[in-house]
Amino acid sequence: MKNPITGLNKIFDNRIRLGVMSILVVNDEISFNDLKQMLEVTDGNLATHLVSLEENGYIKVHKGFIGRKTNTTYSVTKNGEKAFTDHISALENMIKGIK
Amino acid sequence: MNEQNQQLESLQDVKDIRRLMERSSRFISLSGLSGVAAGVFGLAGAAIARYVVFKDYYAEYSERGHFEGKDFQALKLQLIVLAAGVFAAAFFSAFYFTWRKSNQQGNSLWSAVSKRLFLNLAIPLAAGGLFILGMLQHNEWRFVAPSCLVFYGLALVNASKYTLTDIRYLGYCEIILGLINMQRTGYGLFFWAIGFGVLHIAYGIVMWWKYERVQ
Repeated sequence: MKNPITGLNKIFDNRIRLGVMSILVVNDEISFNDLKQMLEVTDGNLATHLVSLEENGYIKVHKGFIGRKTNTTYSVTKNGEKAFTDHISALENMIKGIK
Repeated sequence: MNEQNQQLESLQDVKDIRRLMERSSRFISLSGLSGVAAGVFGLAGAAIARYVVFKDYYAEYSERGHFEGKDFQALKLQLIVLAAGVFAAAFFSAFYFTWRKSNQQGNSLWSAVSKRLFLNLAIPLAAGGLFILGMLQHNEWRFVAPSCLVFYGLALVNASKYTLTDIRYLGYCEIILGLINMQRTGYGLFFWAIGFGVLHIAYGIVMWWKYERVQ
C-alpha cells in the first residue's frame, strides 16, 4: 500500500507556515503586520517562519517604506504556489481515507 | 492508530486553511442587520421628504399657481440636508451592527480586507456623489434618483469581490431599478424608497437569515 504521508510537504507541517501560505495564495501582497494580526502570533515567531519559507523559495519579500517606517510585504512565488497546491491535494487524499 | 491521528490532523489543517483564506481575502463580518437599519432610515427619509418637505412646497404651489426660483432653492437645500442626514444615520447604524458582528467573530473591523472593501465601495460612490452634485449645479434634478441607484449598484457589484458575494445581487437590483427609473423620471422618490428602503431591508433579512440566525 502506498504511504499516504508521502505527498505531504514537511515544510507545511508547521501551523504558522501553513497559515502564511494559505493567506498568501489568495492575496497578491500582504504586510508583516497584517499577517501577524491574522495568524495571532508574535513578531519573532512569525519572522522565523517567514525566513524559512523565503529560504525554500516559496515566498518573496519586498522591503519598502511608508514615511520612515519600514513596511515589509510578502507574496507567494510560482514554486510556493505549486508546493502548496500539492500539499492540499495530499491532505485531501488523507481525509478521503477517513470516510 | 497513528494513521488515524494523521488523518484528523489533516482535517484540522484543511479547516484552518479555509478559514484563513476566507478571512484574509474577504470581509465577512458585514451584518444583515446593517442592511435592515439602513433600509429603515432610507424609508423614513423618503417619507419625511414626501409628507413633510414637499407638503409646504405643494401648498405654496397651488396657492400661487406657479413655481418660484426661491421656493425651489429652499426645497433643494432641505432635500440635500435631509439626504445627508439619512446617509449619516444609515452609515452609522450599518457601521454599528457590523462592528458588533466583527467583535463577536473576533475579527478586526479595521483590517487589510475591510480597508480594501471600503476603498472599492468608496470609489464608485464618490464618483457618483460628485456626478450628482454636478447635475444639481446645472439644475438637472430629474436624474438624481436614477443616478443614485445606478452608482450605488455599481459600487456594490464592485465591492462584492471583497465581502460575502451575495451583495452582488443587491447591486444588480439597484442598477436595474435605476435604469427603469431613468424612463420614469417623475417617480424618483418612489424608486429611491424601493431601492434604498425596501431592497435594503429585504437583503438584510435574507443575509441575517442565511448567516447570522444560527449563532
